[in-house]
Amino acid sequence: MTATTNRQAPGPLVTPPAKPNLLYRPEFRQAVYQVLLVVCLIFAFWTIANNVADNLARQNIASGFGFWNRTSGFDISQSLIEYSNQSTYGRAFWAGLLNTLLVAALGIVFATIIGFLVGIGRLSTNWLISRICGAYVEILRNLPLLLQLFFWYFAVLKNLPGPRQSISLPGGLSLNVRGLYLPAPIAGPGFDYVLAALGLGIVLSIAVAIWARARQRATGERFPVLWTTLALVLLLPGAVYIALGQPLSFQYPVLRGFNFQGGVAVQPELIALVVGLSTYTASFIAEIVRAGIAGVPRGQREAANALGLSSGLTMRLVILPQALRIIIPPLTSQYLNLTKNSSLAVAIGYPDFVSVFTGTVLNQTGQAVEVILLTMLVFLTISLITSAFMNWFNKHIALVER
Amino acid sequence: MKRATKLLATAAAVALGTISAANAQTLDKVKKQGVLSCGVNVGLAGFSAPDDKGNWTGLDVDYCRAIAAAVLGDATKVRFVPTTAKERFTALQSGEIDVLNRNTTWTMGRDTSLGLSFAGTNYYDGQGLMVKKSLGVKSATELSGATVCVQTGTTTELNLADYFRQNKLEYKPVVFEKADETITAYQAGRCDAYTTDASGLYAQRLQMQQPDEHIVLPEIISKEPLGPSVRQGDSQWFTIVRWVHFALLNAEEAGITKANVDQMANSTNPDIRRILGKEGEFGKAIGLGNDWAYQIVKQVGNYGEIFDKNVGAGSRINIARGQNNLWSKGGLQYAPPIR
Repeated sequence: MTATTNRQAPGPLVTPPAKPNLLYRPEFRQAVYQVLLVVCLIFAFWTIANNVADNLARQNIASGFGFWNRTSGFDISQSLIEYSNQSTYGRAFWAGLLNTLLVAALGIVFATIIGFLVGIGRLSTNWLISRICGAYVEILRNLPLLLQLFFWYFAVLKNLPGPRQSISLPGGLSLNVRGLYLPAPIAGPGFDYVLAALGLGIVLSIAVAIWARARQRATGERFPVLWTTLALVLLLPGAVYIALGQPLSFQYPVLRGFNFQGGVAVQPELIALVVGLSTYTASFIAEIVRAGIAGVPRGQREAANALGLSSGLTMRLVILPQALRIIIPPLTSQYLNLTKNSSLAVAIGYPDFVSVFTGTVLNQTGQAVEVILLTMLVFLTISLITSAFMNWFNKHIALVER
Repeated sequence: MKRATKLLATAAAVALGTISAANAQTLDKVKKQGVLSCGVNVGLAGFSAPDDKGNWTGLDVDYCRAIAAAVLGDATKVRFVPTTAKERFTALQSGEIDVLNRNTTWTMGRDTSLGLSFAGTNYYDGQGLMVKKSLGVKSATELSGATVCVQTGTTTELNLADYFRQNKLEYKPVVFEKADETITAYQAGRCDAYTTDASGLYAQRLQMQQPDEHIVLPEIISKEPLGPSVRQGDSQWFTIVRWVHFALLNAEEAGITKANVDQMANSTNPDIRRILGKEGEFGKAIGLGNDWAYQIVKQVGNYGEIFDKNVGAGSRINIARGQNNLWSKGGLQYAPPIR
């Protein structure tokens, strides 16, 4: 690559490398390749889209998203938003999506709690606890999830008595084959003040925690943060509640006609799905937690012991924070798996997104391509948001601990 | 996710343009492959279900066999593709199956926007509701507040919503993908009522643990003309499937049965001679051999025989002919003449 141009202008101090032909400049070439690739991709997608539209039109299959605003004509057994058979397909989409998010959120919370308990339990020096946790992991992670869902739904919940022979639980709860019926809270006048007191309590306890932390850093003196928090969050609203004359009543479910009426009903499908998903995913999380803790060097624990920290404090202050950095990335995968596995709901009759949208809506409109595209888009979006959050959380943890 | 994968594969097939290949002359394709791909129900006694030896039996299954007999001359050359209510149309659209014989209701929406054509009605049905006797319910109008088990992706799901709304009754649907799961949930008491086509209710009641504990309510809440469907855009194939159906009806009307078809071939009755290909070139006109209808009756039987054997008096389900009788005997089954 000898320079044939720019011969007449030598640099003042350092002779700049002679400017080669544009075609031979690596940055330019890279840019060209990238642009070419993008053009090819766009062309490929455009061809596919065109082809699909052509083929659908030739086969007289309806296409487009015109169905979105059409009346659905079917009902959904559980919906977090207002929905009836007079609503549109678009609304059915949202109803299904929220049902999936509900299951995913509940499942993630329970799976994390169970997973951490079992994972730590498996490392316990107590022989019985560690063996029980080991058995839990080995049994649950080695059985297919669908089988477990069937077990919870058909073998456990379906054997509960009918509505007329419901099992009464303390606190006005009723359990039968149709689900769990809870009393519905009804806020009386002045209940807003109780909520305000609760909010105030939470804000105050966060402030106390920050202050106590700063003080401990500065002086080494510890402050009973836990007890203060409990007092602020429980006693403060409690006091307001009693002072205002207990402005909260409960509507208890009563058996009328075929079913319990009133109160809050939790479908057995939801219970089975949340229990199945969270216990199954927890078995994987337990292993991740165990690996994370085992990955912290032994010297750390010994150092903590030498400092006189109790085993609980060692775990909470020394081991777990370091283990979390190992735990969080694979944990994210488990959360994504759980969300995606929630689509098995269709097998046990829970109206999740796949059942409502990719099932009923697809079949009633017959527009497979559009519905499947939207379904993929939805799951992709949920997964990307979840992993973006977990990545942020991971970075946050890593920063604080180093 | 298996279903989703299947649907995805279909979407990919649509995307990559294999559709146009599938849409080309179905008759040539079936003849070349020497086997008919027929979409049937995964399991509905009387219509399509494997028996204890693993052979597919049922009214819809026999329709598949009749088409194979007419087209390939051999009723056994059928590949049965079990499909759920959700998958069935995509399977047909994508070319995975050549004809869908899966107790599928003929509606205007399906006939127009799904790219399908229904070739006829091989069973006139209506939607019914089943409840446990112990519930003490005598009529569907007493079902306010009930929970109803139903299968996803069916006209049943829509009719149910319509019926309860029209009669100002409250209800909760619990929706399953497969009939088995729906019935299991109903039997376990998850629902007060189970709804599907009346024929299905009678067939499935036989398979329940205690059939006598369930009753089918008297109300028929919808019209459900069930029949075979094919892809739009292949009028030759459509005509063949339609005339296989008519041949079955005409054979019954003319008194041609599996047993007497060989003697009937020597009949002097011009109607019978035309049906069996002794006069005229009707088979050739639809691209088949002239003995197409002879093969159907010889190997599968006429409509009445198929009905009796699978769902009628000769079966455990024992459904009366009713609307499915020939027009000449007070029913709705009417076929244009072969001439």
